[in-house]
Amino acid sequence: MMQRVPEPVVSVSHLTKRFGDIVAVDSLDFSLARGVTAALLGGNGAGKTTTLSMLLGLLLPSAGCIEIFGENMLTHRHRVLPRVNFSSPYVDLPHRLTVRQNLTVYGRLYRIRGLSQRIESLAADLQIGEFLDRPFGKLSAGQKTRVALAKALLNEPELLLLDEPTASLDPDTGDWVRSYIEAYRHHGNATILLASHNMSEVERLCSDVMMMKKGRIVDRGSPSELIARYGRATLEQVFLDIARGPHGDLPREAAQ
Amino acid sequence: MTALSAAPTRPRVPIDDGFAPARVWAMMLRYLYLLRSSWPRTLELVYWPAIQMILWGFMSRFLMTNSSWVARAGGVLLAAVMLWDVMFRGQLGVSVSFLEEMWSRNLGHLFATPLRPYEWVISLIFMSLVRVAIGAIPSALLAIPLYHYSIFSLGLPLIAFFSLLMFMGWAMGLAICGLILRNGLGAESIAWFAVFILAPVSAIYYPVSILPWWLQYVAWCLPSAHVFEGMRAVMFQHTFPVDHFLAAVGLDFVWLAAGGIVFLIFMRQARRRGALMQMGE
Repeated sequence: MMQRVPEPVVSVSHLTKRFGDIVAVDSLDFSLARGVTAALLGGNGAGKTTTLSMLLGLLLPSAGCIEIFGENMLTHRHRVLPRVNFSSPYVDLPHRLTVRQNLTVYGRLYRIRGLSQRIESLAADLQIGEFLDRPFGKLSAGQKTRVALAKALLNEPELLLLDEPTASLDPDTGDWVRSYIEAYRHHGNATILLASHNMSEVERLCSDVMMMKKGRIVDRGSPSELIARYGRATLEQVFLDIARGPHGDLPREAAQ
Repeated sequence: MTALSAAPTRPRVPIDDGFAPARVWAMMLRYLYLLRSSWPRTLELVYWPAIQMILWGFMSRFLMTNSSWVARAGGVLLAAVMLWDVMFRGQLGVSVSFLEEMWSRNLGHLFATPLRPYEWVISLIFMSLVRVAIGAIPSALLAIPLYHYSIFSLGLPLIAFFSLLMFMGWAMGLAICGLILRNGLGAESIAWFAVFILAPVSAIYYPVSILPWWLQYVAWCLPSAHVFEGMRAVMFQHTFPVDHFLAAVGLDFVWLAAGGIVFLIFMRQARRRGALMQMGE
């Protein structure tokens, strides 16, 4: 009997982005299945944020195709966007609006049913209830991150894109946010793609890691597979091998 | 592991493909929250139109005794200054609401939601109406006890003039938003000065015939010049000039289409350059 192959949530082919002469993303091909947490891992300028921006439709690709939930993002992004959300340190929420007002505006943009209840339940989950009526601009970095995560989860996205979700957080808050993301994926069978250069975060959260360098995916596998392939003890050492090594695109054995 | 209070119960969000008034209202709510949170912003909306009206009221009072032209219709300068302010505030209402998103680095969040650009534009236009109402109504009412002049005495033509100038203001506002998207926040001052380039040729306080002949051709391409000529015809000749009205309606359509196209072109260009994720203070 033939087994039905589930349709990937994200399917990217030959995705390329050029800014003038600079190739920021160079012919990426990958797909993501439902319920996985995957990572784009790479140094600064590797093309992680550019890739996420294209997946969200905020940036138009120079070439290639993006399909999410089987829909072409270039032609039908508005059918996809209600089922997707994201969080990124590169964009902000309006500072003068209170947390509740921000969440209300975004909740209405997604046309969420039972919005007040949803805000209350997220506030309880993410422990933001005590500052719901405080202006967003007056929150600490950790509090802002939790509010940004609440905004990202308002519509219970089936695909959640997170750009450096724990950047500039203290270890305790960072650990707390990672736990929450894990719980969300587990409960909602959501697909999560995160861009990060925090190795321990990626090792802990992700079952699928795409190593990026100069806009290309130079290697891919689970953290343990990559560590074994490069003969290293940690993912950070693998990252350094790829970033610095003379044969950075190849595993050590292959280079030898 | 952190506990979630409730497992996701999809679908909570409608997957639709069309215009949603709810999203227009969501964006308006965002700007109304902002206005409510800052009384100086609200005060500023009232302050400048009122000051303008007071200055021109005294000027009119002086000219009534020294200019036979002004004496023929006492409120002509006051009506002109108030209507010009409608257009300026109409344009500013669109541009400033747009700038709020740039200042707060919020464009990336907005356009990762199902919000369509035209829904956003409609919300900017409605907010412009709200801002104009807050600014123009108090100064129009203040003119009645101060100078014994009511702009409402223009009657039904006032509705036509008001609408035509608002449309032109929105057209300019959209084009300015596009230019700011194209050039970044360094170009934000365009929002405050752009409209004044058109003031001399709009013939706000004097007839178009005063302008040099070649500038008159430029003036007749502006809906505002037809409106102010029309306003003077109503006040001096007590007739509603249908030719000016129709010309202004036609030109407004052209201006709105041009403003919308400029906005959409630069919006698409911003998506190509990745500016939606980067723009901010």
